[in-house]
Amino acid sequence: MSGPGGRVIGTGALLRLAVRVDRVRLPFWIVTFAVITGASAAATAELYPTAESRASFTDGAEAVPALLAMYGHIYDPASLGAIAVLKLTGFGAALAALVTVFTAVRHTRAEEEAGRLELLGAGVLGRYAPLASGLGVVAGWSVLLGAGTTAGLALVGLPVAGSLALGAGWTAAGLVFGALAVLTAQLTRSARTASGLAAVVLAAMFALRAVGDSSGPGWLSWVSPIGWVQQVRPFAGDRWWVFVLPMACTAVLVAVAVACARIRDHGAGLLPGRPGPARAGRLLGGTGGLAVRLTRMSLLVWLSAFLLTGLLVGSIASDIGEFLDNPRARAFIAALGGAQGVTDAFLAAELAFAGLFASMYVVAVLARLHEEEQSLRTEPLLGTAIGRVRLLAGYLGLAAAGSLLGLTVAGAGAGLAYGAHTGHVAAELVRVTGAALAQWPAVLVSLGTAVAVFGLLPRFWVLAWAVLAFFGVIGEFGVLLGLAQWILDLSPFSHLPRLPGGTATATPLIWLTVVGAGLAVAGLIGFRRRDVPA
Amino acid sequence: MTAAIEIEGLRKSFGHTVALDGLDLSVRAGEVHGFLGPNGAGKTTTIRLLLGLLRADGGRMRLLGRDPWRDVVSLHRRLAYVPGEVSLWPALTGGEVIDLLGRLRGGLDPRRRERYLHRFELDPTVRGRAYSKGNRQKVALVAALASDVDILLLDEPTAGLDPLMEEVFRECVREERARGRTVLLSSHILAEAEALCDRVSIIRAGRTVDTGSLDELRHLARTSIVVRMAGPPDGLAALPGVHDFGRDGDVVRMSVDNTGLDAVLALLGRCGVRSLTTKTPTLEELFLRHYRADTPAVTA
Repeated sequence: MSGPGGRVIGTGALLRLAVRVDRVRLPFWIVTFAVITGASAAATAELYPTAESRASFTDGAEAVPALLAMYGHIYDPASLGAIAVLKLTGFGAALAALVTVFTAVRHTRAEEEAGRLELLGAGVLGRYAPLASGLGVVAGWSVLLGAGTTAGLALVGLPVAGSLALGAGWTAAGLVFGALAVLTAQLTRSARTASGLAAVVLAAMFALRAVGDSSGPGWLSWVSPIGWVQQVRPFAGDRWWVFVLPMACTAVLVAVAVACARIRDHGAGLLPGRPGPARAGRLLGGTGGLAVRLTRMSLLVWLSAFLLTGLLVGSIASDIGEFLDNPRARAFIAALGGAQGVTDAFLAAELAFAGLFASMYVVAVLARLHEEEQSLRTEPLLGTAIGRVRLLAGYLGLAAAGSLLGLTVAGAGAGLAYGAHTGHVAAELVRVTGAALAQWPAVLVSLGTAVAVFGLLPRFWVLAWAVLAFFGVIGEFGVLLGLAQWILDLSPFSHLPRLPGGTATATPLIWLTVVGAGLAVAGLIGFRRRDVPA
Repeated sequence: MTAAIEIEGLRKSFGHTVALDGLDLSVRAGEVHGFLGPNGAGKTTTIRLLLGLLRADGGRMRLLGRDPWRDVVSLHRRLAYVPGEVSLWPALTGGEVIDLLGRLRGGLDPRRRERYLHRFELDPTVRGRAYSKGNRQKVALVAALASDVDILLLDEPTAGLDPLMEEVFRECVREERARGRTVLLSSHILAEAEALCDRVSIIRAGRTVDTGSLDELRHLARTSIVVRMAGPPDGLAALPGVHDFGRDGDVVRMSVDNTGLDAVLALLGRCGVRSLTTKTPTLEELFLRHYRADTPAVTA
């Protein structure tokens, strides 16, 4: 343990262990990224075959701050590739970052918190070996992700250099946030807090570049690692020198993480733990209260995110009218959204996003229950005088109420911000909030699906996320990919009325609710009949 | 005496693994019953079936006269459970967990809560992730003992406790028995079972191989005898019921079936005895007798 090599001894063994544990998960993500990227880029490219159509698209997209905030700029209107990957670059970088955040924490702090690392640490294992292997896993995965993405784009006929620039950009995003997560893993004792911290930074970085690209100041985009990926300008100049920034940032983060690892104890974080209450508060009187207590931080983060998104969407919607002196933009947005007003079309599209986020929230709540069961923590609860129905009902109630609250807050935020601009605050508040709540029946279908998987197929819990991802892909890319109508119809979100602006029809809302309730009941019956795993 | 737990021919498999293969168990109301067996014998599976966490594949099972699978809620108001492996919520303090479990069971006595916290020297303000294994165990023990229930299901509850705390635990169990509660104590610490239990059941590979009070179990076993003889022990080795006979000068060692003791003692008296040591089998010996691969069980 004396030489510098001794401090990372055992890293290879840990790396092999990590690859063994993640042998399905990590390749799955790479293949999914490569396939969706290639297919989506090819589908977008087909829409704009001529230089003129691309110029027209660019004019429209560059005129709408909301689109700039979401996707960033088009740096070369003549480049087919730049337009083909417009919707992918920023979101793909953020998603790659999210994967590396969770992967890095899973192989460092989560192992330590579970006590498994202690078992290994008693062997010949250097102090920095867990950190090094965590970094190794995310670095290896990021490089393979970049290679897969490059191949996916090149295979559909885009220039190789630009494909490589985008692939390397995602690699860079994965590296920066993987290193950040290795750092946050040194700070807290809880894996959940560690990944939460890193994810909040990621969201903030995405927001920074959204502001930088839309309302400005433009230098904000240069503060954000997600912005760097876009500043590489794949297919529009391929500015390789930009990669200096993520490389330097990764190096600094790793250095800080190593410094933190040096001064902390095994199992401890840098942030000290504090004693808590000796008695339970009134909240901890039932399963619903327990679910709220266990997830209160994440509930708070979700609700703030819903509110901020709503306010942002509402204020961007207010600006849309000012850009309408360009007739091509008007045509563009009308084509993008639907019939009624350009603004309403924009609001409806954004509220559909809020519906998808609310679905992510409900699946996350049920995921928590699943995790509680896997960690043997439902066993003492079921050993008391509560039945399984009450246990599940606690989490079900939290998910339903939390998503309803989230949609209300998002709708109210958008209505307030937009109403403040038009001067009809009360009217817009009611109208837009109502439109947001119309998403809820589709969220209930996602909730029902999660409950059904939990009750009937607990060993295949990942299905709950897979179904949600399927809904998301259909909503974002379904029409673009030219999927058959019956496939589009499989997502509950395809059946919602487009609100505000469209015709509000109660029928789909009612039967979506019925489907959601039916799935939940099936899951409940399954949970009552099955074994609780030990 | 009525039966608090009545199990006949209980079967449970997990895939191809047979966990319980016709297990029988009878626990009388008001007794401390030791549930003994090595790792993997099926103790925890049985307790989880009694809790309604698992569904039996076959056999009959009654807890306080009811069906553990169907009458979960009403039964659980009357029982408390300490799992062998206590997993606590990392963010909740021990005090919060004790209150939560008590409330979900229908309330717990605050004075008993304080008393047991004191006796087990447990700090209730520490969060779950910071407790040691022994302290996590104490949280579950305090939550169970402080609630007012008829039956305690304890699955290797002292794993992780230090000897002082183990002594506190034993006192607590004796008090519970004095209050008329029934205790099912799963364990492989035989000294603990010997010190606490009125009756024990020994299981192996999902079946009950022996059950009864310690005296009854000993009755079927052999007594080991070491004698320093005054004269030659002629004919002793040939007596019925004498086993493992060995002689070293005037010292004779043997183990004797309890049914053969009369004849052995009579013959020893005739030969003349300088000193005599007898040893009744410990629970450990009874236990090992059932598990030694080379000696088949000799249950009469």
